[in-house]
Amino acid sequence: MAIRFMVLISNDPASMERGAGAVLQAFQDHLVKSGITDTVSLNTISDLPNREDLPMVIIYPEAVVYGPVKPEDVHVIIEEHLVKGNIVPGLLAVMHGPIPEVSWLSNRKGALPAQKRIVLERAGVIDPESIEDYIVHDGFLALGKALTEMTPADVVGEVEKAGLQGRGGAGFPTGRKWSFVVSAPGEPKYVICNADESEPGTFKDRLILEGDPFSIIEAITIAGYAVGAQEGYIYIRGEYPLAYRRLENAIAQAETYGLLGNQIFGRNFDFHIHLHAGAGAYICGEETALIESIEGKRGMPRARPPYPPTYGLFGRPTVVNNVETLANVPPIIRNGAAWYHQFGSPKSVGTKVYTILGNVNFTGLIEVPMGITLREVINIYGKGMKNGAKLKLVQTGGSSGSIVPASLQDTPMDFESFRKAGASLGSGALLVCDDQTCVVDLAKTLMQFFRFECCGKCTPCRIGTLKSYEIIKKISEGKAELSDLDLLQNLGAIMTEVSNCGLGQTASTAALDILKHFRGEVEAHITSPACPVGVCPIVVAAPV
Amino acid sequence: MTKAITEDEVVSVIEKAVQEHGAAREAVIPILSAVNHAFGFIPREAFSEIRRLVHDPETGLFLADSQLYSVASFYQLLSLSKLGRHVVRFCESAPCHVMGGREVIQTLEDELGITPGETSIDNKWSLIMTSCLGICSVGPVFIVDEDVYGNISPEQVHEILELYE
Repeated sequence: MAIRFMVLISNDPASMERGAGAVLQAFQDHLVKSGITDTVSLNTISDLPNREDLPMVIIYPEAVVYGPVKPEDVHVIIEEHLVKGNIVPGLLAVMHGPIPEVSWLSNRKGALPAQKRIVLERAGVIDPESIEDYIVHDGFLALGKALTEMTPADVVGEVEKAGLQGRGGAGFPTGRKWSFVVSAPGEPKYVICNADESEPGTFKDRLILEGDPFSIIEAITIAGYAVGAQEGYIYIRGEYPLAYRRLENAIAQAETYGLLGNQIFGRNFDFHIHLHAGAGAYICGEETALIESIEGKRGMPRARPPYPPTYGLFGRPTVVNNVETLANVPPIIRNGAAWYHQFGSPKSVGTKVYTILGNVNFTGLIEVPMGITLREVINIYGKGMKNGAKLKLVQTGGSSGSIVPASLQDTPMDFESFRKAGASLGSGALLVCDDQTCVVDLAKTLMQFFRFECCGKCTPCRIGTLKSYEIIKKISEGKAELSDLDLLQNLGAIMTEVSNCGLGQTASTAALDILKHFRGEVEAHITSPACPVGVCPIVVAAPV
Repeated sequence: MTKAITEDEVVSVIEKAVQEHGAAREAVIPILSAVNHAFGFIPREAFSEIRRLVHDPETGLFLADSQLYSVASFYQLLSLSKLGRHVVRFCESAPCHVMGGREVIQTLEDELGITPGETSIDNKWSLIMTSCLGICSVGPVFIVDEDVYGNISPEQVHEILELYE
């Protein structure tokens, strides 16, 4: 049942003093009585300013604020507003001008962000090992259309018009990347599907590969046609054996049906796909390291430029695309670029798969149009914070992603808005942390990951991740000095500017964000020294 | 007492892998993975056999021991040393950590009697810390051999380990 209303009840201390607890209880009871619990997402909001019209109840998509609300008003709100759709004028809060804390409300006025499954449409619905099931569900229609009704240039043009941007984390325009390969000199050309998904918190590609493997076969073949390649590689991480087997099966079945291999659809187009399994290395998700790995070497990123479109696999022009990016291609070709523009916003078109993890009631993944906010994800899809805890921060985009404090939870999640807020969307992993999370402990876990996964090639990253980890560990043990924070900041800046690849360039993102947004908590570990949350093993020597 | 691996067995696994993946530089990682999968690690004898088969003077195809060692030592799923009968891989990345990983790893270490990177004296268990395994919504997570366990609480650790001889 789709959620039609999101109800937020203020539960800050001032509201609780004025009876917000009873209001919340009344909502819970009356919603059950009126039988509409499945369509209403009931949540709390704890960051409203202290005003005389607390407790407040905010309902949207209408972006309506009621207040002060008493328990006896609740059934009226439910019957009139939620059941019949009529706003109750007598209960509206008197708003003295726009309140910054709820200015996000009017930005979100309109339809609630419902899921729209484009890349995950068939996952969980069809038998991933049956080509017939895939075909029945519009499978290979896009490839057929591309090969019989469109030229390669038409295909590239359609993807460019659709505004598809990379979904692996970098967000580079896909059509533009393809056009670079089209015009690059050199034969043969290659298409590589980056299925090395290793960014912590990310498992969206696993779901696509295990649940709808044929879609990737079709997509990579279309990409090959578009850029003039006859061979494709799917590099899949060694930790995904089921996905490997399903892709193997999909390739075999597609070849049997003449939908892969020589003279596809009876046209003068051959395309063969090679499967290549990784052997456990986060860095092999970096496109040039991935290429090195396919070539049988250590997965160490190359110096760039030149980039893969001009010098890629075996030195030839190569397209490297993420699984989710590719999975968007057949629907775009089938339905057209204009159809794709219905979702998201002009500069961030389409949908994104987000994985929800951490201290929420409901973890898992969703596919929604770009532009949803973290508050909406946590409340509607995460079903609220676990054990009623308070939100402290969300790390977006995996371990290399930004730390978004709770105060920024109403920023729309699209490439533009996030960039303006100084954060990055990355792979779409959303690690939700409550106030029992110590930022120093989190930073230590994150830096340990980069220290371990660093390939060792370039000095800033090799030494920088090690030194940064040692400093953070010292902080967590209560043995650091304030000057260590300057050193950490400095190291982070150097690594971000000078590292050879994205790993070193983003290893310090979280640490630097933590210093920006939570400096007080970090300093407490040094000056007291104490861990405010009580997690870090700080041992203070007993006074003599 | 596990039976010693004979050179013939190693040769046969490698020959099969070369048949499947080809005799080229690009096939090195799949071949090493096949060896690792068959024996739980990569025996020293494997290198000379791979060098022997992936060798073509006419095209200049030649693999040095150092190149093979360089690849085998880089990738986490490949091991150059023998591991215990059962290998426990515990995810130490941020999502599993935030969802209660600290308590679970402590219980694992206590139950197994070893710290990460070690193999128990009776050769039954090896404990390895890994990076994200891609099953984060059911964290904390660990893998024993090829069995995946998710949503683990410290109380469940003992009962899971009991399943393995």
